[in-house]
Amino acid sequence: MNIVVCVKQVPDTATERKLRSDDKTLDRDAVDGVVNELDEYAVEEALKLKEAHGGEVTVLTMGPSRAAETIRKALAMGADKAVHLTDDALHGSDALSTSYAMAQVLKKIGFDLVILGSESTDARTGVLAAMLAERLDAPQLTLAKKVEVEGSQIVIERITDYGFDKVAAELPAVVSVVEKINDPRYPSFKGIMAAKKKPVQTLAIADAEIAADQVGLGAAWSEVVDFAAAPPRAAGTIVKDEGDGGSKAADFLASKKFI
Amino acid sequence: MSEILVLVEHVDGEVKKVTLELLTLARSLGTPAAVWAGPGITDDAKARLAEYGADKIYVAGADEIVDYVVAPKAELLAHLVADKSPAAVLVAATTEGKEVAGRLAVKTGSGVITDAVGLGEGFVADQSIFGGGVNVRSKVSKGTPIIAVRPNSTAPVAAAGAGTEEQVSVTLTASARAARVLERVKQEKGARPELTEAAIVVSGGRGVGSAENFSVIEGLADALGAAVGASRAATDAGWYPHQFQVGQTGKTVSPQLYIAAGISGAIQHRAGMQTAKTIVAINKDPEAPIFELADYGVVGDLHQVVPQLTEEVVKRK
Repeated sequence: MNIVVCVKQVPDTATERKLRSDDKTLDRDAVDGVVNELDEYAVEEALKLKEAHGGEVTVLTMGPSRAAETIRKALAMGADKAVHLTDDALHGSDALSTSYAMAQVLKKIGFDLVILGSESTDARTGVLAAMLAERLDAPQLTLAKKVEVEGSQIVIERITDYGFDKVAAELPAVVSVVEKINDPRYPSFKGIMAAKKKPVQTLAIADAEIAADQVGLGAAWSEVVDFAAAPPRAAGTIVKDEGDGGSKAADFLASKKFI
Repeated sequence: MSEILVLVEHVDGEVKKVTLELLTLARSLGTPAAVWAGPGITDDAKARLAEYGADKIYVAGADEIVDYVVAPKAELLAHLVADKSPAAVLVAATTEGKEVAGRLAVKTGSGVITDAVGLGEGFVADQSIFGGGVNVRSKVSKGTPIIAVRPNSTAPVAAAGAGTEEQVSVTLTASARAARVLERVKQEKGARPELTEAAIVVSGGRGVGSAENFSVIEGLADALGAAVGASRAATDAGWYPHQFQVGQTGKTVSPQLYIAAGISGAIQHRAGMQTAKTIVAINKDPEAPIFELADYGVVGDLHQVVPQLTEEVVKRK
């Protein structure tokens, strides 16, 4: 099985994230980059499927040159090779442009299964997997908490508000995973050493037949009108419990008409 | 005024509250038209949609609309966008609502905005990003604005609309029928409201201490008619099911009132609840960052404070 796992480098959420004042995009230079947490679950699921069914795991990332750190981590976990789509023209791409660019690469490299995290911690749109399925004309098997493949058939458990749906499709398919699906492995020392020798193919947009006028900030389908740091919340009332804390909290709720 | 499509969220034939909020919002910007996807519409549901201002109710009642994952709903809306040329399409910013919005955006060549917490003239959307640290106003610049609005972004206000029903039939493409739902598994959630749309959420964290102790959190939630949430520490420890996790890798809630008990308030948690209108925190540690957000905080042991609060709530009702 030819599995492509899409990973994204995101700013560490422990650091303060800002928008740039010039083009209103995320200031990625000002923060440490880490692998998007949910994508680590995607890598783990890809590795488990490979271990069970054979095949190859390819890491795909789109991002500036420093996103190579993210590729290295996925390779150290055990992925076989990587494709890094990187081009200045991609800067500022929104979800629509990103899904278009990624779909072009996926069409070029081919896949039986595409796996990614269900959401990134920076943009948090949660739409990329659905958009990829739409663009690739592949079944959308998103928000999976369990994935099972048998022959060309794939069945997942999709998280819903009421529990979950069992969903079936034929490969090739697009899968997104949620947090509780597995426990991502830590790269071993051997894995880290081996990752240095694994092939990483770098693509510019022209290499994947990505039209320059369909990506980047200029092509965005939506725009930021303005932004501001959220005003700090007005300082609240903090009381120490002297045996009447619950009662005092009830007074507060009553003053706000919640009870 | 031009038509604004509102995709109806419904469960067991009942319209969810978030749809009434979306209709209220749509009324301020145009003429709302409700879109009912799937079988099971009732006279009560139609009356409810009309009561909150739906001028038209488009009903696509075929089973196959819900027999496959997301894609049929996107095809239905794309069909209506082509047919009715609406000024905008509003969906609830649930995980599935956002996926419908994403596919619809690709199909119609339109921009999409997710997780709006407010919507004004020219369909300029308010968003709260980076764990609530930055407020952004953004708008769609191409095609038909598609906007996923978070539950509790506005209070639902009734104002009658005509509620004229129109049947819609779409012929699904083969690709919309590629991911088939084999079985729907409903997990008990009792009588509590749904976490993402509840007006009040009571959440427990590490300080709760055990799975059994979550009954303290549930007791307060039930007294307030609230949903129960949990921090990642609590779900990772196995004290409460994962689907109730509030935070960065879990659910995002935006209720009128959020009560955090035994939750320190790390950025990962704040990202999931910071847009709550009123926040109450109960924690033993006076230095816990959750107190920076709290409108009201009690420094104390939740095992003392929460039962007392529950008792008072019941008494004063």
